[in-house]
Amino acid sequence: MPVPWWRDNRKLGWLIQLAAGLFLLLVIALLLGNLERNLARSGLRLTLGWLNQPAGFDIAETLLPYRASDSYGRALLAGFVNTLRVVLSGLVLATALGVAVGAASFSGNPLLRGVTRVYVELVRNIPLLLQLVFWYFAVFLNLPSADQALQLPGLQLAKSGIYLFGADLVNGELVGGLRLSLELAALLTGLVIYSAAFIAEVVRGGIASVPLGQWEAAKSLGLKPLQILRLVVLPQALRVIVPGLNSQYISLAKNSSLAVAIGYPDLYAVAETTLNQTGRGIEVFLLLLLIYLMLDLVISVVMNAIDRLVRLQER
Amino acid sequence: MKRLPLTLRRQLFATPTDGIITVGLLTLLSWAGWGVLNWAINSAQWLVVRANAAALTIGRYPEAQEWRLWLLLGMLTSLAGLSWGRLRGASGWPLNDRIAAGLLVALAVGVPPLLAFGAINQMRLLFLLLLLLLGRLAFSHRFSQASSKRFGDWWALIWGVAYLFGLWLIAGGLGLPGVRPSDWGGLLFTLLITSLTLLLALPLGVILALGRRSSLPLFRYISVGIIELIRGAPLITLLFLGQNLVGFLAPNGLAPDRVWRATGVLTVFAAAYLAEAIRGGLNAIPRAQFEAARSLGLSSVHTMALVVLPQALKVALPAMGGQCISLLQDTTLLSIIGLFDLLGIARSVLANPDWLGRYAEVYLLLAVLYWCSCAALSLGSRALEKRLASPGLQSNPKPQ
Repeated sequence: MPVPWWRDNRKLGWLIQLAAGLFLLLVIALLLGNLERNLARSGLRLTLGWLNQPAGFDIAETLLPYRASDSYGRALLAGFVNTLRVVLSGLVLATALGVAVGAASFSGNPLLRGVTRVYVELVRNIPLLLQLVFWYFAVFLNLPSADQALQLPGLQLAKSGIYLFGADLVNGELVGGLRLSLELAALLTGLVIYSAAFIAEVVRGGIASVPLGQWEAAKSLGLKPLQILRLVVLPQALRVIVPGLNSQYISLAKNSSLAVAIGYPDLYAVAETTLNQTGRGIEVFLLLLLIYLMLDLVISVVMNAIDRLVRLQER
Repeated sequence: MKRLPLTLRRQLFATPTDGIITVGLLTLLSWAGWGVLNWAINSAQWLVVRANAAALTIGRYPEAQEWRLWLLLGMLTSLAGLSWGRLRGASGWPLNDRIAAGLLVALAVGVPPLLAFGAINQMRLLFLLLLLLLGRLAFSHRFSQASSKRFGDWWALIWGVAYLFGLWLIAGGLGLPGVRPSDWGGLLFTLLITSLTLLLALPLGVILALGRRSSLPLFRYISVGIIELIRGAPLITLLFLGQNLVGFLAPNGLAPDRVWRATGVLTVFAAAYLAEAIRGGLNAIPRAQFEAARSLGLSSVHTMALVVLPQALKVALPAMGGQCISLLQDTTLLSIIGLFDLLGIARSVLANPDWLGRYAEVYLLLAVLYWCSCAALSLGSRALEKRLASPGLQSNPKPQ
């Protein structure tokens, strides 16, 4: 006896999908219709032509040469380069700090272990945005003027900026070295300290996955603690660490968009200014989405390549 | 040095390097600790916190309607006390409970004078504490065990009704004067948005996770598309979408309030992340569970709802707890789009010329508040995990 169609799971499945698909198309058509009507009323047809119009606003700091008379496209590109600058330096610094903290949590010294524990628990339970505004408004904006700059080895902190690699005091101003603006410095500090706590947890998990026997064997060969870590444990731990790092790196890239809260002109900040001037919300949003997705994709591809390199080569 | 127990001394000064690290860390810690203490006592001006305590907790909620929030708080503390007592049953007062109760008493007695609360508010807080402890005591006697059991069957429903009642108290309408969402603010707004978003995101997350594993390609593609798009974009761009573009997509002038738009965006955002956590749980359920349920004659819907999902959610609980904490932290982003959550209201207080430059005081207070909330969530999710843990199933099933 043939199965009636309402009892046939395969037919039923297709019917349900057909109904859902039609419903979805209907909703999308309705929304697009609204969009069309609303856009027509405000005279904003979807186009990317405005990218070539002069932007007319200044960007506080850019790596890419940029003037207010340049186009919107150029402004967004400059913002993107600023984002890349933060993301790349943030990745390097956060990885260094995170690995150090993660490794230190296996130290034989209970005080050091305790400090790493407190650091991780403290930083992970406070919102990143709060940390960023704290660093910027409560710490970096309160720095002394240039002639009383805080001196750290290779680092001078003053109201006019953070100077790396030895700047000199000339006429009450710091000259030379590598100057970072307070916004960039605060953003990097906040992002690095926040991300490093998560990376430290990933590293800790990775190191914990290496059997204790490996430590003991290396020790009995006469290796020193740091050598054990560098030559024996970390190479094996990397197999577990790298996939975890991938998602942390993507988080860091996305979190860099919080720069807008402390006035660092990253991609999102420039995009917001662009929207306020042109009213082109949809195009700006799609561009933003596309660029951030590309950024995530690039990070994923690179990390997956590294993952293949460190993976255990089996026969 | 001689006084230190031998083992500790051995660990702290095992090698010269260890000794240097220990001494260096001790110097650094005491220097930093002294600096913070010195600042907190001598140069910090805590008046900004006292003067704005009301704004930070409830934002611009109309003063005449504040009794509604006190009523809500009273209801919540009594319910929390009852649930606490019900959870412990006849096991009396374990150490953790005594610590928690002590902390609460210390807070309720110590904090209001510090913040210079009025006498009435101090009395109200003490009354709330009394309600909580009475509720805690209600079920701890043996004679009330039966009623405790009966309450246990109903308490999810009671909490649900209490939540809806609380929403009504906050928002007004139906006989109470309405308070617009733009007037909710501060801690109240943060907690409300977090809880509301979570409640809405959970079912949506389950649907997305099931969709991603569905055998029907259309649902699978849609779920994967939504989840990956949302996880790929920074939350702030999505909030930007909600604030600037929903107006274009809605029919003429029918776009919802800014608060509801942000809630919607946060809900979908949280759901995408929860869906991935739940998918992890679903993947951990052995195939045999499906087959066993089907061979008992359960339909595929029943298999999911009665057999697979309860186990999968249990396995996914740690990851979901983590997502809840992330969500609470993510609500701070609402301050960027101009809503008055806890951080937003703090920023607007700090923009007031009267409180110029008092950033450190306010932000440190906020850090303490957020830290305590996140720590509480994390403790809660861990306690729930322990309570629900079943011996048979582990989050990392051994490879066959």
